[in-house]
Amino acid sequence: MTTATPTRRAGRPVGALHRSTPVGRAATLLLAIAAAVVCAFPLLVIVITAFSPKDQVLSYPPKLLPDSWTLGNFPEVFERIPVGQQLLNTVLMSVLVTAFSLVLDSMAAYALACIDFRGRGLALGILVATIMIPFQSLLVPLYKMLSELGWVGTMVGLVVPRAADVAGIFLLRQFFVSIPRDLDSAARIDGASEFRIYWNIVLPNATAGLLTLGMFNFIGNWNDMIWPMTMTNSADERTLTAGLALLNGTAQGVIPYGVSMAGALISVVPLVIVFALVQKRFIEGVASAGIKG
Amino acid sequence: MSNSVVYKAPRSISRAKSSPGAPAPRRGSVQSRRRTIAAAGFLLPGIAILAVWVFYPTFYALAISFTNASGFNQPKFIGLDNYARIVTDEDTRGAIVNTIVYAVSYAPLVIVVAIAMALLLNRKDLPMRGLIRTVVFLPFIISMAVAALAWSFLLDANTGLVPYWASRVLGTSMPDLLNDPTWAMPTVVLVAVWKNFGYFMVIFIAGLQNISGELYEAAHLDGANAWRRFWAVTVPGLRPTMTYVIILAANGAFQAFDQIYIMTSGGPERSTETIVYRVYTEGFSNFRQGYAASLSFVLMAITMVVGIVQLSINRRQERDLA
Repeated sequence: MTTATPTRRAGRPVGALHRSTPVGRAATLLLAIAAAVVCAFPLLVIVITAFSPKDQVLSYPPKLLPDSWTLGNFPEVFERIPVGQQLLNTVLMSVLVTAFSLVLDSMAAYALACIDFRGRGLALGILVATIMIPFQSLLVPLYKMLSELGWVGTMVGLVVPRAADVAGIFLLRQFFVSIPRDLDSAARIDGASEFRIYWNIVLPNATAGLLTLGMFNFIGNWNDMIWPMTMTNSADERTLTAGLALLNGTAQGVIPYGVSMAGALISVVPLVIVFALVQKRFIEGVASAGIKG
Repeated sequence: MSNSVVYKAPRSISRAKSSPGAPAPRRGSVQSRRRTIAAAGFLLPGIAILAVWVFYPTFYALAISFTNASGFNQPKFIGLDNYARIVTDEDTRGAIVNTIVYAVSYAPLVIVVAIAMALLLNRKDLPMRGLIRTVVFLPFIISMAVAALAWSFLLDANTGLVPYWASRVLGTSMPDLLNDPTWAMPTVVLVAVWKNFGYFMVIFIAGLQNISGELYEAAHLDGANAWRRFWAVTVPGLRPTMTYVIILAANGAFQAFDQIYIMTSGGPERSTETIVYRVYTEGFSNFRQGYAASLSFVLMAITMVVGIVQLSINRRQERDLA
């Protein structure tokens, strides 16, 4: 689309397709910036409110920027919910689920994408069927299973049921399938073991897929609310995202907005930092996951 | 919602079969058996987790749904009573209707906004493309819990900036969006659109870049204006992407919970109560776990209908391409 067509129709300049008129460009830019502002504004408000004194937040008429700033909301959020413990739980749960699922999903995906074995059709069929079972529909039996094992409110109970996921297996399979077949068949003829092919050939050639799945699972578990909320009994066992539910916005009579925004900020900042480190590759991974298959 | 990001069934069985350079597998040979053992070794850990934590609980849920389990009592078999109750329970019927209303308003809206943004950002001559793309993607990264807290604050009828600014601009006061049975559902849906459209936009941009520029040039030479080009080239070119996105959006919508829990608690007057919300409240605050288990099969059924529709559309598309 970047090269103009050599033929031209009477009266129409070459490249009119791109509509690169200054007005058109300005209008596009303006619209795009407006959308970006709408997306960024609530996030900005979280930051501002977290550092605003209580009386300023509740004053009328509301103001975007307070007259003075404070750090007072942060100690208060620590008093209301065990932020430190919950942040630790959040980190542990997201890191462990991400690590386990990367290993187990990539192994299963390797077998499905790269090994020609009997029963592969059956294995795929069973996995496809599982995709249609949303985990929210299994909350009751999962809770019962965890409580029979004594795992309710433990890190083991939060992590183990999520150590593998079908969506992740299929995502990685899409990436593995697009690796040139010659690479591993050559190694196979040379007598390399399946594990060596998996470890030395397939995984290094699928880092984009691994990063994408890793980020999906890290973000998904960091942000998940219903899972840690239902599978724990006390605030100390929850993750921070589930802890924020205790700073419920509808209960603003009891909990000041400044305090809940301070909690929100603490929960968002580490995630945004992780995202910032890999954002370009992650967004590309999201895009190619949509194109493949 | 965030956990349903990559639901997608594979199109073809495997690449292993169709590669011409690979040595033909000999069934029953030592090699073949060795391969099967290796494959089993790779699959086993993952399948074991799924068997214990997805397959088994599905049947367990079915068993619970035939009992009057509360979480504390000795469950008694009560046959189909829970399912009969779904039919007569007005609150549950309301939740099913709400879930469908949520899905059929959220999915088209988020897709239209995402395509519009993708078309804007796909223009190579747009300054700051990368920055704008990242900022628009940012709400997808943060949790729905945080987004819901922020929007509850912004929309608060007394202290929120949005109602205040709206009243200054429009001259009349805005309804109390989250406490008005008419407005609560549209508001919750819009927050979900705000949070997720950047994600779908990224997928659509990739879809747009997969459409050959020559098709646009040809349509242009044939005298098609921008509007015609959009419908004759862009829309058909985005069709494979579209199937994928519709499924993602629909599944996300059926699983809506976080923003409802934080912003409205299902209210006002149960106007935002969804199926997942009801599974949660029935199972974990009203302790009617048998009933909650039967409700989860309603959720599963809806998800499966969408999944089966997707599979059949995929198959038809493959036929069309062949």
